[in-house]
Amino acid sequence: MNAIVNTENEYYPPVILEQIAQMEKLERESMNPLAGPVSRRSFMKVSAGAGGGLILAFGFGMSEKAEAQAAAGAAPARPAGPPGPAFNPSAYVRIAPDGKVTLVSKNPEIGQGIKTAFGVILAEELDAKWSDVTIEQAPINSAVYGTQFAGGSLSIPSAYTTLRQAGAGARAMLVAAAAQQWGVPQSEITTSEGVVKHAGSNRSATYGELANAAAALPVPDVASLKLKDRKDFKLMGKRTTGFDNPGLVTGKGMFGVDVQLPNMKVAVFEKCPAVYGKVVSANLDEIRKLPGVVDAFILEGTGSIAEVIPGVAIVANNTWAAFSAKKKLKVVWDETNASKDSWTALSAQAEVARKSGAGAQELKKVGDVDAAFSGAKKTVEAYYTFGFVGHQPLEPQNTTAWYQKDPEGDKLELWAPVQIPDGARTLAAKVVGVAPTRSVLHQTRVGGGFGRRLSHEYACEAAAISKQAGGVPVKLMWTREDDLTHDIYRSGGFHAFKAGLDEKGRLTAWTGHVISFTDSAAPASAPAAPAAGGAPQAPRAPRAVAGGGWPSPNEFPAEYTPNYRLTQTLMPIKTPCGPWRAPTSNTTGWLVQSFMHELSVAAKRDHAEFLIEVFGQKQAPPPAAAGAGGGFGGGGLNPDRAKAVILAAVERSGYGKPLPKGHFHGLAFHFSHQGHFAEVAEVSVDKKKKVTLHKMTVVGDIGPIVNLSGAENQVQGCVVDALSTLALEVTIENGRIKEQNFDTYKIARMPVAPQVDVHFLDTNFPPTGVGEPAFPPAGPAICNAIYAATKERIRTMPITRQGFSIA
Amino acid sequence: MAKVKLNVNGTDHEVEVADDQPLLWVLRDELKLVGTKFGCGLAQCGACTVHVNGTATRSCQFPAVGAVGTKITTIEGLAQNGVLTAVQKAWIDHDVPQCGYCQAGQIMSATALLRQKPNPTDADIDTFMAGNICRCGTYIRIRTAIKSAAKAMNGSAS
Repeated sequence: MNAIVNTENEYYPPVILEQIAQMEKLERESMNPLAGPVSRRSFMKVSAGAGGGLILAFGFGMSEKAEAQAAAGAAPARPAGPPGPAFNPSAYVRIAPDGKVTLVSKNPEIGQGIKTAFGVILAEELDAKWSDVTIEQAPINSAVYGTQFAGGSLSIPSAYTTLRQAGAGARAMLVAAAAQQWGVPQSEITTSEGVVKHAGSNRSATYGELANAAAALPVPDVASLKLKDRKDFKLMGKRTTGFDNPGLVTGKGMFGVDVQLPNMKVAVFEKCPAVYGKVVSANLDEIRKLPGVVDAFILEGTGSIAEVIPGVAIVANNTWAAFSAKKKLKVVWDETNASKDSWTALSAQAEVARKSGAGAQELKKVGDVDAAFSGAKKTVEAYYTFGFVGHQPLEPQNTTAWYQKDPEGDKLELWAPVQIPDGARTLAAKVVGVAPTRSVLHQTRVGGGFGRRLSHEYACEAAAISKQAGGVPVKLMWTREDDLTHDIYRSGGFHAFKAGLDEKGRLTAWTGHVISFTDSAAPASAPAAPAAGGAPQAPRAPRAVAGGGWPSPNEFPAEYTPNYRLTQTLMPIKTPCGPWRAPTSNTTGWLVQSFMHELSVAAKRDHAEFLIEVFGQKQAPPPAAAGAGGGFGGGGLNPDRAKAVILAAVERSGYGKPLPKGHFHGLAFHFSHQGHFAEVAEVSVDKKKKVTLHKMTVVGDIGPIVNLSGAENQVQGCVVDALSTLALEVTIENGRIKEQNFDTYKIARMPVAPQVDVHFLDTNFPPTGVGEPAFPPAGPAICNAIYAATKERIRTMPITRQGFSIA
Repeated sequence: MAKVKLNVNGTDHEVEVADDQPLLWVLRDELKLVGTKFGCGLAQCGACTVHVNGTATRSCQFPAVGAVGTKITTIEGLAQNGVLTAVQKAWIDHDVPQCGYCQAGQIMSATALLRQKPNPTDADIDTFMAGNICRCGTYIRIRTAIKSAAKAMNGSAS
């Protein structure tokens, strides 16, 4: 796998690791006769477009034939070769003779704004005129585009430099073409807004006019390309409206649910309300007679939650016929092996684990906590709990699948809103016994990700239904009830803290006991792929469910406390859990930064000053392993960056200064996904414990900003999402989810949306994405403000369990 | 099943519908007007909002047969001859969407609001728009865009 996804990182969500491993394995097996030997050199490949103009493919280590196919716009499968050839993402630029510039955006657009951001980066270095730029979603093909993946706030950090080089490379060729035509030195030529100029001879030409000539020139060496100085940026760091906005505001069909094929049927799939229940029987004959119903059948499935678990499929002429039939479906379930998970029982079990501490695994130990506690002036203890939540993107899970019998090998074609398209493509192919080379996935725009579409069981279900229905194209539609009761949930959990303060109120000792969940009780998911050498992998020790547990043993404040101990107890569950916006960090931030405030209160110290002092207590150099701490994505917490955002947030919000009567401030910081964020909430709480968030001041350091409008939008969304999620829960009893739809799962609405003041520090650190890291500090900032207002500490999510609500 | 005539975006369509078939599924599946979205099926999220005789209506709970004789407007019918409405323009100017899935419903609600109240207060906006969920949390921008559209519309009227 390439450097974008560090599969060596054991804290990477297992769900993603498994998807990637599976994808790699299937691709290694798919010997593609078209592929040539892999060359490891960097390259730029240029060719004339079918309609003339310049086509520039750009990448590293791609095979000659893959290069040729890339340049021709074909979509070859990944070439065979040594396991895990080192591919990097390739950008793809087309400049037509009429001056139109087309960029192919390789990653899925899930609402994080990546399509526009990628266009902005490219257009900046190319000096293109923004109104000439068109951005297209790339075909799904890892051989050409490297890993195509939306998650972990990784799209920007993984593609930033490559896209800049691609833009600069295309610009260099246009400049070279002009220099040749005009007989002037390249150094005297300037570019701006899609026009090449030579001031000395007062000559100019548009990019379109030069495209054909540029295409005939040799390709510049990547190392020779000069990227722009930041002060010369014209688009980057400015506000650019989303490229797809005109289509969105006029109702153009871009999403998975909008896919229409000739002779397409609509399917629904009913699964056991308690996950892993099996079908005994169903009133299939009755269902088949209902108006508009074409077929109804039982799918045994593969047994894996990531693929297809048992259920009943109904195939109908249209959506309403399918939905109506589903309401009349009566299924007898065998729940022998189904989930019996119960939040009440798990909470009681956690309480026992907390009190006894027996069997807890030690994750990290620094210094001597016991000695430190006995020498402490003051010790503080607290026990926090948080429930499970759903993702609930507004576009329900869906996929259109078309399984086709073919003498040359059966084929599978998919149209799907997914976050790891190649994973979905290969997994669905495997489920229906189609070779990965015979499977194609068309990535649609995604109506909200939040981590939900890192899992692709709906794509597998659609493929299986299309196959069993005899090869008709089928659009599988989940209802909202399906979506909420069969989510891959953000895990709940429990955490016991103890900390010691010395006579000056300094943090001297910290213990944390993570009480989380493992899926070891669940039926085996997809079998683990063999290691690179082909040897079977040893069964792994139980580990926390994806998005549960703890981000890393080195997670803050492990390296900022002289005496530190972290332990973990994992309780088996069957409820499926997975990454949820800022996985693990979204709860870890709330836990650590709420307790941190308990400590500054106990020490009777200003919270900002206390936090900054803790950041000054760095104990050891950062761990060598990339990705340690702070959520996956590599890199580590930088105490100087942390201090800078805290100080700026204090300054901008007026933290500690008088507020309107009844308003109170709360401050929290958190580092995840390479983003350093400090946030100050201004809150009031009425007598009925209704919480109003008036304003959130957010200061972030994510390096240079690509699209300021998009970045601010993500931060505003993170704040609203964090506020919303403080009061949300899916209740699990007897393996069933109680909440069925938005009438009981009450996502925040317009009236609670606060004012959000977003400010990014201007730094030169490598840029990162911002769909996630602004989320984790928002919840604890609000809860710390609630404490300031009421002197009641929030130690549960949802806060409704303590009688609070969001006004 | 009944054959009915529906007027959508100024055009009459003859369609065969089930008695209980919501307008949403006639628009999406029969007329292929997919801009109107399915989110919950319970009139809880507002993604399916259309105008029936100018009134914001959750089409997932509104039987198609009940729309006979009315004028139905969907997101596809707002812009006239390719000219966007002030609300649509404001949505682009303020870069409102993230994933964009709810935004057709938001725009239909906002358009209906501004027809009722050309100068809505924050409270008016909060109350009227509370029926539309945005899971991405773009509410702050929606509020700004509505005010900006109101200003543009009032400016052009005076």
